[in-house]
Amino acid sequence: MDLILVNLIDGLVTGLLLFMLSAGLTLIFSMMGVLNFAHASFYMLGAYFAFQISLALGFWMGLLIAPLIVGVLGAGVERYGLRRVHQYGHVPELIFTFGLALLIEELVQFIWGKNQMPYAAPDILQFTAFSIAGNSIPAYKIFMIFISVAIFIGLLWVLTRTRVGMIIQAALTYPKTVEALGHNVPLIFMGVFGVGTALAGVAGVIAGPVLGTFPGMAFVLGSIVFVTIVIGGLGSLWGALVASLLIGWITTFSKAYNLRMEDLLTTLGFTKPEAIADSPWRDLWSITSPQIADILPYILMVLILIFRPYGLFGKRDA
Amino acid sequence: MRTSTTLGVAAALTLTVSAFAATADTIKIAFIDPLSGPFAGTGVNGLHQYEFAAEELVNKQGGVLDGDMFEIVAFDNKISPKESLIQLQVAIDQGIRYIAQGNSSGVASALTEAINKHNRRNPDDRVLFLNYSAVDPALTNDKCNFWHFRFDANADIKMDALTDVIAADDEIKKVYIIGQDYSFGKAVSSAAVRFIGEKRPDIEIVGNELHPIGKVKDFTPYSRKIVAAEADAIITGNWGADMLGLGKSVLENGYEGPIFTYYAAADGITAAFGATGEGALRLVAEGQINPPANDRAAAYYEAFKAKYPDGNISQARITNVIEMLARAINEAGSATDVVPVAYALAGMEHESMWGGSVMMREQDHQLIQDVHIHAHTGNDVTFDYDNSGFGIKVEETVTMAAMDSPTTCEMDRP
Amino acid sequence: MSDQITSEPTKPAQRMRAGSMVLPLAPWLIAAVALVVLPFIFTNNSAITIMNQMAITIIFALAYNMLLGQGGMLSFGHAVYAGVGGFACMHIINAEDFFAGLPLPLLPIFGGLFGMGLATIVGSFSTRKAGTVFAMISLGVGELIAACSVIIVAFFGGEEGISGDRTYGLPFFGVEFLQQIEVYYLIAAWLMISAILMYLYSRTPMGRMANAVRDNPERAEFLGYSARWVRFYSFVASGFFAGIAGALFAINYEILTEENLNTTQSGIILLVTFLGGVGFFFGPILGAIVFTLVQTVLSLQTELWAFYLGIIFVATVMFFPGGLAGLLMMHVPAWRMGKIGHLAWPYLKTLGGGLIGSLGAAALIEMVFHLRHASIGDHEMTLFWTTFDSHTVLPWIIAGVTTLIGFGICRATAPALVEAWNEANAAPKVAP
Repeated sequence: MDLILVNLIDGLVTGLLLFMLSAGLTLIFSMMGVLNFAHASFYMLGAYFAFQISLALGFWMGLLIAPLIVGVLGAGVERYGLRRVHQYGHVPELIFTFGLALLIEELVQFIWGKNQMPYAAPDILQFTAFSIAGNSIPAYKIFMIFISVAIFIGLLWVLTRTRVGMIIQAALTYPKTVEALGHNVPLIFMGVFGVGTALAGVAGVIAGPVLGTFPGMAFVLGSIVFVTIVIGGLGSLWGALVASLLIGWITTFSKAYNLRMEDLLTTLGFTKPEAIADSPWRDLWSITSPQIADILPYILMVLILIFRPYGLFGKRDA
Repeated sequence: MRTSTTLGVAAALTLTVSAFAATADTIKIAFIDPLSGPFAGTGVNGLHQYEFAAEELVNKQGGVLDGDMFEIVAFDNKISPKESLIQLQVAIDQGIRYIAQGNSSGVASALTEAINKHNRRNPDDRVLFLNYSAVDPALTNDKCNFWHFRFDANADIKMDALTDVIAADDEIKKVYIIGQDYSFGKAVSSAAVRFIGEKRPDIEIVGNELHPIGKVKDFTPYSRKIVAAEADAIITGNWGADMLGLGKSVLENGYEGPIFTYYAAADGITAAFGATGEGALRLVAEGQINPPANDRAAAYYEAFKAKYPDGNISQARITNVIEMLARAINEAGSATDVVPVAYALAGMEHESMWGGSVMMREQDHQLIQDVHIHAHTGNDVTFDYDNSGFGIKVEETVTMAAMDSPTTCEMDRP
Repeated sequence: MSDQITSEPTKPAQRMRAGSMVLPLAPWLIAAVALVVLPFIFTNNSAITIMNQMAITIIFALAYNMLLGQGGMLSFGHAVYAGVGGFACMHIINAEDFFAGLPLPLLPIFGGLFGMGLATIVGSFSTRKAGTVFAMISLGVGELIAACSVIIVAFFGGEEGISGDRTYGLPFFGVEFLQQIEVYYLIAAWLMISAILMYLYSRTPMGRMANAVRDNPERAEFLGYSARWVRFYSFVASGFFAGIAGALFAINYEILTEENLNTTQSGIILLVTFLGGVGFFFGPILGAIVFTLVQTVLSLQTELWAFYLGIIFVATVMFFPGGLAGLLMMHVPAWRMGKIGHLAWPYLKTLGGGLIGSLGAAALIEMVFHLRHASIGDHEMTLFWTTFDSHTVLPWIIAGVTTLIGFGICRATAPALVEAWNEANAAPKVAP
C-alpha cells in the first residue's frame, strides 16, 4: 500500500514532466498543423543553457533565463525557417523539423561535447522531503510537481480567460476571419511557437538535473512526446494532460511490479511447454512487465490510432 | 541518368582515401571504436591511451624488429557492427594486420566472425584481432577462434572475483541483481546467480531483472523495488548513462548498501557520482591505478596526464596489449605474417606494468591476470579520474583470477 | 526516366501525363555498363565494399520513395521491413539443409517476400488513413519491432544480432561468393532488376494512381479507385523491395543486428531520399550515393561529419525542397533551349565564391572545435593538408578572411547569376 502511494508520486512527476513538453507541442500543432519533431531538442537546449547559466549565476537564474532564450530561438526558427518551408506543404515541414532535431543534437555536441554535464539540483533542494516506508521522496520532485502544476494552471488561465487567449483560440479555428479582423496572425503563430518551445525549455531546465544532461536526452524523449499528444488527441490541452499522466503511471507501475507473462498465459489457460529452452515461444514466456514498460505507450498509441484516430480528447482526425 | 558519373566520382574519392597504403617501416594497428556519437568519449580516451602506449612503450624504445615503429590508425565505427565491418575492410586494404577494438561485445562478436571468415577466405592477408575490452564470455568460449585475443578479464572471471568479496562479507544477506537487457547483462546476471549459489547458498537473491538498454529515462521505479526488497547489496553490469542513472537514483531514493559493478569510472561518470558514490560503489577491474603499483606505473601515468590533462588511464590493459604485441612480433621475426605472431602471443607470460604477471591462456586466448576490487573514493587517490578529486582505489586483489576455469573453446589452428 | 512525377498544382505544364510502359533504353544501358565496369576501375576491396553499401542503400531509398515521393506517405519506421527481410534471410542461411540446396543469388526473393508479408500485415491497418495517422502508426510500429529485437531473442538474436556464412549455399555456376567482387556483381544485378521493376511499377496504372491519391484522394475515388487500396498496394510493393535490400545486406555483411531495425535507420533512409529528391525517380539514387560517400569518406576526414550533414540537410529542405535531383532538373529547360552554356560562367563565379566561403567556414568550425575539445596542450591541428597551431591568431585571420571573401564574391555575383538564369530560361522570342 505504501509502495502504491510512492509509485503514484513518482508516476505523477514523470507524467507532469511529459505534460510540459506535450502541452507546447499540442498547442503548436493545433495552431499551425505542424508536428514539431524538434520539440524535444528545445527541451535539451533548455537543459544545456540552464547548465551553462547555472555555472555563472546559479540554478535559479538558469530557471528564469534559459527558457526565455529557448523561446526566442524557437520564435526565430518559426520566423526564418518554418514560415519559409510552409509554402512547400506539410511533409517538407515535418521533414524540416526532423532535420532541425538532428542539427540541434550535433550542435550541442559541437559546443558541449559528448559527455554528460555535471548539472545538479540546487543545494537548497537537496534534501529528503519525506519518507514513506523507507522510500525517500526528494524535495526536488515536490518542486517539479509544483512548477508543472503552476504552468498548467497559468496556461489554462491565459487560454480561456484573457484576450490573447481568445484570439489564439479563434485563430485556431478561423485564421482567415481573425486576420480580417485586423489581428496579425503570423505574429500570433510566431508567439505560440515561441511560448511552446519555451515551455519545453522549462521542462529541460528542471528535468536536466534528474534525468541527466547529455546529447541523447532529446532522442530518448523525442518520440514519446508524440505518442503522448497522439493518445491525448492532437490539439487538446486536457488530452495532453490526461495522456501524460496515463503514460507516467503506466510506465512507473509496470516497472515497479514484476508482472510476468508466464503468469498471464497460465491464467489464460495455456500450459508452459516442457522444453522451454528450445521452444520458439521461449522469449514470449519469459517477458516481464519492466522489460516492456517503455514500449507500452507505443502499443497504446497504435491501438488508439486504429480504433479512435482522433485520440482520447481530440475533436478532429489526427 | 547521372548515376554513372557520380558513382565514378564517388569511387575516385574512395580510392584517394584508401590510397595511402602501408609504407615500409611502420606497423599499423587499426583502432576501430566509436569516435563520434554518444560513446565517443570512451572511444577517444581509449585511442589516446593506445597512441600514448605505442609512443612510450615501443617507439621511444627503438621500435620492434629492425626499428619498425608502431602507428595507431583510428577508424570510427560509430559503435555499429555494420560500420565496423566497413572500416575493417578499409583497414585491411591499407595493409593493416592488427585490429584493436573493445567497446561493445556486439561489435566484437561481429568483428571476430568477420575476421575468422576473412582469414579463411584470404590466406594472403590475414589479420589478428586484439580485443582489449569486450568481455562477453562467449568470445573465448563458443565463439572463440585462433585470431582473437582478449586482454581484459571476461565477465565470468570478474564476477568470480566480485562474489568472493560478497561471500566474505557476512553482513550481506540479500542481493539484488539488475542489468541491461542484452547479452552482457544476461551473462552478468547468470554468472552472479551461479557463483553466489556456489559460494554462499544462504544469500537470498531478492531480485533479478533486466531493463531495456539505453532507453530508461528514470530509474526511480527500479530503485523503489530495490529499497522495498531491503537488499543489502546490488550487483549490476550497467555501463554509461544506464550506470549513472541507476546508481544516482538508488542512492537518492534511500538505498545505503554497496553497489557492485564493472564500469562506473572515468568518462565523466566518476565526476558525476562525486561524493554521492563514496563508500557505495565497488568496481571490479584489472590494472591497479591507486595506489600506484610501482614507480614505473606512476611515472607512466604522470606522463600521460601531462600529455592529456583531461584524459584518464581507464583501461590499463592497453599497455599489456602493446607490450605483448611488440614482444610477439619480435619473437616471430616478422609483422606481416600474423600466424607466427599469434603462436607467439598464445601462452605468452608477461610482467604487467600495473603489477603482477599476466598470461595469455593457450586454449582460449583469454588473458589470465590479477583482478582487483576497487572502491570509488576521494581519500588519498594518487591519480583521480575526470580531474574530480575522486578516483578508484584497490581494496582487494585476486591473483591470476580464474586460472583454471573451464572453457568450451575448440580452436582450429592453421 | 527523368519525367517529373511530382505534380505541382502551381505549374500545370509540369504535371505528369500518363506515361507509357516503354523503358527509355539509353540511361539504363549506360547504368548497366557502368555497374559492370566500375570494379575494374576501383579494384580494392574497400571501394567495392562501399559500392555494395551504396547499391543496397539505393534499392532501399528507391523502395522508400515509392511511399514518400509517389504515394505521399511519410513513414518513420520503414527500416523494419528491410530489417525483417534481412533477418529472415539470415535464418535461411543458417538453415543448413535448405540453404545447401539454394543458390545464393535467389535468396533476395525470400527477403522480399518476408518484407512484403510484414508490410501486408501492418499495411492492413496503417494505410486506412494517410497523413499524420499513417506517419504516427509507422513510428509506433517501428519502435515496437525495434524494441522486440532485444526481447525476442529467438528471431532477432538480441543485441548481438544473428550472423551466418553465405558461402554454404549451392554454388552458382561454380561461384561460391567467397570474394567481395563476386558479391558485388550479385548486388549490382539485383540493383538493376529492382530499379527496373520499381520504375515499371511507377508506370503502371496502379503506380499512376498512387500519384493521384497522393495529390487528391477524393478525386481519385471518383475515378473508381479506392484510395485506401491504392495506398495499401504501394505499401506492400515498397515492403517487397525494402525486403530485397535487407536480404542483400544480409548477403554482404553476413550479420544483422538491432541497428537494421531501429528508428535511426528509418530516419537515415528518409534523409537519404529527401536529400536526393522525392520528385524524380532517380532522386533517391543520387541521395544514396552522396550520403554513403559522406558517411564513409567524410567521416574518415572529420569528426564533425554529422554536423555538416545536418546543415546540408536543413539547407536542402529550406531552399531546395526538390532535393539534388530537383536542382539538376531545373536546368532541363535551359538545356533544351541550348542556352545552358550561358550559365556556365556566372555559375563558376558564384559557386566558386560559395565554395571558397564554405571551405573557409568549415575551417573556422573545425578550429573552434579543436580549440574547445582538443586535449589541453594539444595546439597542433591539421586542416587541408597544412599543419598549424590553432592557438595563434594567423590561421583564424586567414580562415575568417577566406570565408568573408568567398561569401562576398558569392553575394556580389548572385544578381548576375539570377539575370543569366532568367535569360537562359526565357522562352525564345517568336519572330513576328
